[in-house]
Amino acid sequence: METEPDLPDRLARDLDGAFEELVRGHERLLYGLALRVVGDARDAEEVAQDAFERAYHALAGYPPERVAAMRLRPWLARIALNLARNRLRRRPPPTRPLEDGDGEPLPLAAPPGEEPAAAAERRQDRERWAELLAGLPARYREAVVLRHVEDLPYAEVAEVLGQPVGTVKTHVHRGVRLLRVALEAREETLTR
Amino acid sequence: MSGHDELERWKGVAAGLRGLRAEPPATLRPAVLERVGLADAWFTVDGPAGPLLVAYNGRGISATAPAEEERRFLERFQARYHRPLRRAGAPPAPLVAGLRRWLDPAARRPAARGAPPHLDLRGVSDFDRAVLRKTAEIPRGEVRPYAWVAGEIGRPSAVRAVGGALNRNPVPVLIPCHRVVASDGRLTGYAWGVPYKRRLLAVEGADPSELERLGRDRTRYLGSDTTRTYCYPSCRNARRIGPAHRVPFRDAADAVAAGYRPCRSCRPPAPTPSGSGALVLGGGS
Repeated sequence: METEPDLPDRLARDLDGAFEELVRGHERLLYGLALRVVGDARDAEEVAQDAFERAYHALAGYPPERVAAMRLRPWLARIALNLARNRLRRRPPPTRPLEDGDGEPLPLAAPPGEEPAAAAERRQDRERWAELLAGLPARYREAVVLRHVEDLPYAEVAEVLGQPVGTVKTHVHRGVRLLRVALEAREETLTR
Repeated sequence: MSGHDELERWKGVAAGLRGLRAEPPATLRPAVLERVGLADAWFTVDGPAGPLLVAYNGRGISATAPAEEERRFLERFQARYHRPLRRAGAPPAPLVAGLRRWLDPAARRPAARGAPPHLDLRGVSDFDRAVLRKTAEIPRGEVRPYAWVAGEIGRPSAVRAVGGALNRNPVPVLIPCHRVVASDGRLTGYAWGVPYKRRLLAVEGADPSELERLGRDRTRYLGSDTTRTYCYPSCRNARRIGPAHRVPFRDAADAVAAGYRPCRSCRPPAPTPSGSGALVLGGGS
C-alpha cells in the first residue's frame, strides 16, 4: 500500500499508464479488507477486482484536477468496503464453529518453503484470530481491521468509514476489548 | 490485573491482528488489468477453417488469428497494442460459447448465430473502423470488391486505402475481411495467406473458383431478365436466377443501359444513365 506520492498526478495525466501501479500499491489492502468482511477468499478476490474496476471507470470519468487531488487509499478502501458489505448482504457467510479443527482452514497464504509443523501452527494461530475477529459486530470489526490489521491511521479509517475520528477510536477500542475478553475466555476453556 | 499484564495482553492482540494481513492471490492483478482493458489473455476456439486464436479483455475481443500462426499473432499483438498478453487459464465460458455459436459454419440463418461478439477496436483509426464496420455487413457466402466498400463508406477513390485497412484488421474471421476481393473476383492479398482466405470462403458456401472463373470471363454482374435487376455474382439474389434467365454484364453502365436496376440487397454501383447516355445521344445528333 506504499505508493508514490505523485501517483494521483500521473493517474490524472495518463490513467492507462499509471493504473497498474495503483493496483500494485493497493491490492493487498483491498483484498485483505474484503477478506475480513466477506470471510471467503474467492469472494474477497472478486470484491477486490470489482473495486479496482469501478475505481478505473470512476477515474476515467473525473476531470484531471479532481484525480490529481485525490487521496487514493481511503477512497479505494471505501469502494471495496461498500462492495464487500453488499456481497455479504446478498449472501451471508456460513457460520463457523469456534472449535479448532472443524471446517475448512481459512485460506491464508503461508510463506512458501516453510517447515510444515511451523506453518501449521502459524495457520492455526491465524485461524483463531480470524474467528475471533469474525465474531465481532460489523461496525467494530471494520474499524479494527482497518486500524490494526491493515494499519491505516485513524484519520484514514474515519474517512473510509465515513465517521468522525472519535467514533472510530471508540469502535476500535471496544472491538479490541471484546477480542481480549474472547481470547481470555478461550484460553480458560483450553486450560481447563 | 497489573499494568504490565495489561500491556502484554494488548501486544498479544496487536500481534495477532497484524498476523491476519493476507497476501492477495497472484491472479488478482492480471484479472483487474484484463477487466479494464490494460492487458489481454488469449485462448483457442474452433473456427470455421480450423482452430482460431482469440485475445480478449474486459472491453471485448482485441485480436484473432489462425492457430497455425501463433508466433505472428503474438508479434502482431505486441506491435499493435504494447499490452501484456498471457495465455488464458480458463477463458470466460459465456465468451467461448458465444464465439462457438457465432462461428458455427452449420448455422446458416443469422438468428442461429446469436449476437456478434463484443470487439475492442481501440486504437483503430476512424477510416479503418468505417471499413471494418462496412465489411462486417457482407453476408456469409458472399463477397464484395474493395471498390464496393470504398463506395459504401463514401470514399469511392480510396480503394487502395480500403485494402490497407483490411490488411490491418485486428480481428480476422470475426470481421470477415476475407469476403472482400478484387473487382475481377481474384482473392488478392490476405494478411493470413490467400489459401486461408479461400478455405474460409469455401466453408461459408461462397464458390471462390466459380467467382474467379466469372472474373476471367470479365463478368462483373449477373442480371435477371425476369426481375430486371443486376447483382454481384455472389449475391443470394443472383444465385437464385435460373440459367435460362441469367444475363452477364461486364459493366454496371451496360446493365443500366439495358434497362436493369441495381439489386437492393448487394447494392452494385448504379451509374446514372444521364451521364454516358446523354453524351452518346448528343454525339449522334
